[in-house]
Amino acid sequence: MSDLLKASWSGYLRPDGRKGIRNLVLVIYTVECAQHVAHAIAAGEEDVHVIGFPGCYDNAYAIRLMLALARHPNVGAVLSVGLGCEYTQPEKLAEVVRASGRPAEWFFIQQAGGTKSSVAKGKEIIAGLREKILTETPRVPMSLADLTVGCECGGSDGTSGLAGNPTVGAFFDLLVDAGGRAVFEETVEMIGLREHMLTRAANGEAKQQLADAYDKAERYCRAVRQWSVSPGNFAGGLTTIEEKSLGAFAKGGTRPIQGVIRVAEQPRGPGLWILDSVPDEHFMQFGFTNPNDTEGIMDLISAGAQIVLFVTGRGSVIGSPIAPLVKVTGNSATYRAMVEDMDFDAGRVLTGELPLAQAGQELAALLVRIAKGEPSKPEALAHREYFIMYKHQNTPGLEAGCRA
Amino acid sequence: MMTRAFQIQPQDNVATLIDDAAAGPVQVIGATQAEVVASEKIARGHKLALRDIAANEAIIKFGARIGHATRPISRGAWVHLHNLASDLDERSGTLDLHSGAPTDTSSAYV
Repeated sequence: MSDLLKASWSGYLRPDGRKGIRNLVLVIYTVECAQHVAHAIAAGEEDVHVIGFPGCYDNAYAIRLMLALARHPNVGAVLSVGLGCEYTQPEKLAEVVRASGRPAEWFFIQQAGGTKSSVAKGKEIIAGLREKILTETPRVPMSLADLTVGCECGGSDGTSGLAGNPTVGAFFDLLVDAGGRAVFEETVEMIGLREHMLTRAANGEAKQQLADAYDKAERYCRAVRQWSVSPGNFAGGLTTIEEKSLGAFAKGGTRPIQGVIRVAEQPRGPGLWILDSVPDEHFMQFGFTNPNDTEGIMDLISAGAQIVLFVTGRGSVIGSPIAPLVKVTGNSATYRAMVEDMDFDAGRVLTGELPLAQAGQELAALLVRIAKGEPSKPEALAHREYFIMYKHQNTPGLEAGCRA
Repeated sequence: MMTRAFQIQPQDNVATLIDDAAAGPVQVIGATQAEVVASEKIARGHKLALRDIAANEAIIKFGARIGHATRPISRGAWVHLHNLASDLDERSGTLDLHSGAPTDTSSAYV
């Protein structure tokens, strides 16, 4: 334990003082029409990751999310690529990224001459950006106190709440005690736990934020008549949303909750935080909250998480760009069956083979190795799934209607 | 080795199967140690009733209410969509008991 607290490695210092565990170039496309070119630019370039927004009409939430990812501590430089007629402006994205002290470039495909010319131009730009960040990024010592770690769960079964999430909870306690930041989300999977959640608030302000986030999540589920449980959850033995919620909340460990952040916001201090990714009520109604695990992972990375834990009982093969995804399963059979994708077997907690506190420490040791540069399984497999969609958060109130 | 089920809190009236269970004795581990005879086949990850539960009584797991019994449940029975319902989510009562697949949108698959 004390060894983990003393663990130190070399990180990448960003101009805002945050430290990265990777030094990546990020390519961002601003409409689906530019998606192929963006991926072709990044093809074969291990340290170049891609995100993008498919819509032609822009969306303030999606822009904030992309800018939070572009200014993530693991990102050193950015290239944004547009087709040339969409609403989202690649030039503005590049400007904001440059203002953060990172090198950034942009271009329109229509002005570069088409697919092949754009790919060649993009490859040349990223070679220049890579050279710049490799030579100019300051290296600094880093420890657990400099880490923000997110946690998402997906493909949950009866073991997730028993072993997978409690193991993450034990690790989160350790990370918070070390001065780091722990973030978990999925307030639609806290349904049924209102009173229980409020007792965990660090102070009155945090309590109010938790109550507001909970009440919105319940209004959302009632309004859209969809609760966050899927056929696979039921087949895996979960019967009700309340049961899934109790298991999901176990990933929050036992430390006080400092408050609620929204997508693209950074935790306002060290400690344990809840991320609210549920859409706000809006003149277009709620829309949809995260329709898959990948959007939740994007949201956690947008909070500055340099590493994201993904708890899955049934097994999943997704990964993520920007921040390594680490797969934890509470189901030892799933671990054995999908060992090529799974990073950590928390099922040993259930059989009594491994005490929970020790599981948390083992997970912390794995994360330290990954922070030092060892790739996680999804990272080594080059899984880079991303998902950025229309959503309304922090938009003007209902009464403003379409004049907003 | 005997089939095992994990009870999280002492007040829980259900335990989660760690192994696939056939009808027969199951070793309960975790919050209490006991032996319960499963009255039917129960898959790993699914729940086993630890005592007789009346209709409308709360089902307790993690020491908290996860819904209510929709019919009387005997000690040793499989507890799932056919006898446990959410207090909030009405749709889960319509799902296929074994696969969890929705049955109320089947008209869209044409």
